[in-house]
Amino acid sequence: MKRKTLRLYLVLISLALLGTATMLVLNAFDREIVFFFSPSEIAAERPVPGRVIRLGGLVETGSVKKLDDGATVSFKVTDLKAATEIAYRGVLPDLFREGQGVVVEGAFNDSGNFVASQVLAKHDENYLPPEVAKALKASGRWQEGAGTEATPAAMPANSSATSGASQ
Amino acid sequence: MITEIGHYALVLALVLAVAQATLPLIGAQLGVRAWMALAKPAAVGQFVFLLLSFAALVHAFVVSDFSVAVVYQHSHSQTPLIYKISAAWGQHEGSLLLWVVILAFFGALVALFGDNLPPRLKARALAVQAMIGICFILFTLLTSNPFARLFPAPIEGQELNPLLQDPGLAFHPPMLYVGYVGFSMAFSFAVAALIEGKVDAAWARWVRPWTLLSWICLTAGIALGARWAYYELGWGGWWFWDPVENASFMPWLMGTALLHSAIVVEKRDALKAWTLLLAILTFGFSLLGTFLVRSGVITSVHAFAQDPARGLFILGILALALGGSLTLFAWRAPTLKAGGLFAPVSREGALMLNNLLLATATATVLLGTLYPLILDILGGGSVSVGTPYYTATFIPIVMPLIALTALGPLLGWKRGDLKGALQRLWAAGLIAVAALGVALWVDFGKQTLAAAGIGIGAWLFTATFIEWAERVKLFRIGPIDSLRRAVHLPRAAYGMSLAHAGLAIAIIGVTAASAWKAEEVRQLKPSDSITVGSFTYVLESVGPERGQNYIAERAHFRVLKDGQPYTDLYPERRQYMVQPMPTTEAAIQSHIFGDLYAVIGEGDGKGSWTVRIYEEPLVPWIWTGAALMALGGIVSLSDRRYRVGAPSRATAAQPAVAE
Repeated sequence: MKRKTLRLYLVLISLALLGTATMLVLNAFDREIVFFFSPSEIAAERPVPGRVIRLGGLVETGSVKKLDDGATVSFKVTDLKAATEIAYRGVLPDLFREGQGVVVEGAFNDSGNFVASQVLAKHDENYLPPEVAKALKASGRWQEGAGTEATPAAMPANSSATSGASQ
Repeated sequence: MITEIGHYALVLALVLAVAQATLPLIGAQLGVRAWMALAKPAAVGQFVFLLLSFAALVHAFVVSDFSVAVVYQHSHSQTPLIYKISAAWGQHEGSLLLWVVILAFFGALVALFGDNLPPRLKARALAVQAMIGICFILFTLLTSNPFARLFPAPIEGQELNPLLQDPGLAFHPPMLYVGYVGFSMAFSFAVAALIEGKVDAAWARWVRPWTLLSWICLTAGIALGARWAYYELGWGGWWFWDPVENASFMPWLMGTALLHSAIVVEKRDALKAWTLLLAILTFGFSLLGTFLVRSGVITSVHAFAQDPARGLFILGILALALGGSLTLFAWRAPTLKAGGLFAPVSREGALMLNNLLLATATATVLLGTLYPLILDILGGGSVSVGTPYYTATFIPIVMPLIALTALGPLLGWKRGDLKGALQRLWAAGLIAVAALGVALWVDFGKQTLAAAGIGIGAWLFTATFIEWAERVKLFRIGPIDSLRRAVHLPRAAYGMSLAHAGLAIAIIGVTAASAWKAEEVRQLKPSDSITVGSFTYVLESVGPERGQNYIAERAHFRVLKDGQPYTDLYPERRQYMVQPMPTTEAAIQSHIFGDLYAVIGEGDGKGSWTVRIYEEPLVPWIWTGAALMALGGIVSLSDRRYRVGAPSRATAAQPAVAE
């Protein structure tokens, strides 16, 4: 084994690995990335059914209803311009409240209803998820200075759909 | 008064660090022994002053001195004592102070126990360590002073975030910090070696204990953090691929690579430049982790700081440390003497491949962590990168790595016999295929990837056992002789076997827990029941409960298995008094093949409660596996040959001459 041959092997293996990794990453970026929408953007153009997205805004006051099966909750997420109706089966995060910031992950089904698989709520009184703040700013209903002090913690609430299927 | 002493001690530590970073370095260059010798007292003194400073901060928390800003913001007179103490590092300023204390702690250890290091190498390594110290002490003093006072002093504090009031979390940050700050020592040794232009087997032996110690603590810290998320957040998950988790996972992956490549330097005098690069990058990832966590660029429980000045400061440190050391590397690495040669199929080759795979895996995690940030900066919109991304990229890279882990130890140095090694592993192959078959059969072939994970775990575990059995010649010589061989086997060998077996067990646990978790959510009235898996949960009652600084609703579940009483579970939903924030205390009962996991949600006021029950298969295996890995590290660390300060250049093994 000459030093040159050894180096050649190393370079070849490294390139092969790098190539595989690049392919995997590009593929995953193409399919597994979750884009963030605001209710206004949804109202303007609805994403394809089945495509997983995140949706953020405030939980509309008075919109939280528990459906008859006792476990499904429906509520509206609003950026104060438009609102989207969400259905979620599972336990809501401890800090889920009407009028406060929330991010939901899920997809529209074929009949056009948004079914959430995760609801992320803040873990602090003054915290607003940055995406939600941005969405509110974009809709022009945001007052500077409110909710900027933060010990943020959006912790995921998995319903059976995500955590089970994800691995 | 004591607070001011703390502040003053911090400034004194900075002065000592400046002395330690300059004089010994110059002394080593000019050959002035007295200046080089200065490194030792300076390093010890720096550590003592930092410890004093930290003690002053803890004191302020213990006596609830609310005139100190951080105490006011993160403590309360009613907080239990243990959380008053842990609050000292449960916030940005204090945790940074802890960071520098640990940095100086490693420096002091090297100063005290490194008496047989060559004086030049020691002086240079300690000087580099002090440079990192200067950066971070300055950072603490200038942007995050934990000793800032409030005037007038508030009467009562705002309390520690209730989520952090947990015994597991009290010790998770110090553990994690010892882990990733400890890699600074490998970094300092690497930079010192680059300045010297010399890397050899002895160098690898000096660096090894520090790397190993860091790796052990990082392993334990990550596992503690995952376990905390598992029982405290109440969603039955233990890993979310959260950027902050990744921030500690990336140094762990690189540190693992470093541990393995250092073996090649030590035994075969090869891969020297690569090992230096790894040492630099591993600490680079620690710094990157600190940046991600401390700058507030990402959203997470851990992101205390939202001040952009802090983020910029750490970014500056990161650029300085990596830029400086990599430039030095580019300049000096070509002058290193080329090391031993080896065939591609050999122990060195396997370790090299291990390193390449680990580095690639780290790169995919890095990309996933930074992508949302980069896209956001470029105006590409908000995205999140979650578990599906990592499943699609990280897992396919790590699977061959684990399969290879089984094979590596059976290959000889220099030139290995792949066919022979595979033949010796026939039993492992058989068991792996059997495990794969069972896994496929149990869930009707629905999750092939998970079944493959189980198979690979079984393969590695069996192969590790076979490797050990061959070393002690089990069943080939008498049991007494085997026992004698087992006793005389070096501890480092046991360390490796334990760590690899632990990895196998953890892989099986992780796979099963992610693939076959079952969940049931229902609205229950007392005496209603849910059946999940083979267990039936009967809600007996929900009643009030009172803790020192919270009130709670406590549920009582009777759990039945096949109609027979099995256990009782008492999940709680706590409401903390100062920060009006409910937290979930899951009730968990472990058995060998998994956990029963019950959570009580909100009541509807009409006598029924939302209840969540999880069946968590093999989750205890994850903790067992991680504990075994850490234990393997400890056993290896206790090997006499690697004991701190034991080796010297003269007695270190001479590497075999290459062909």
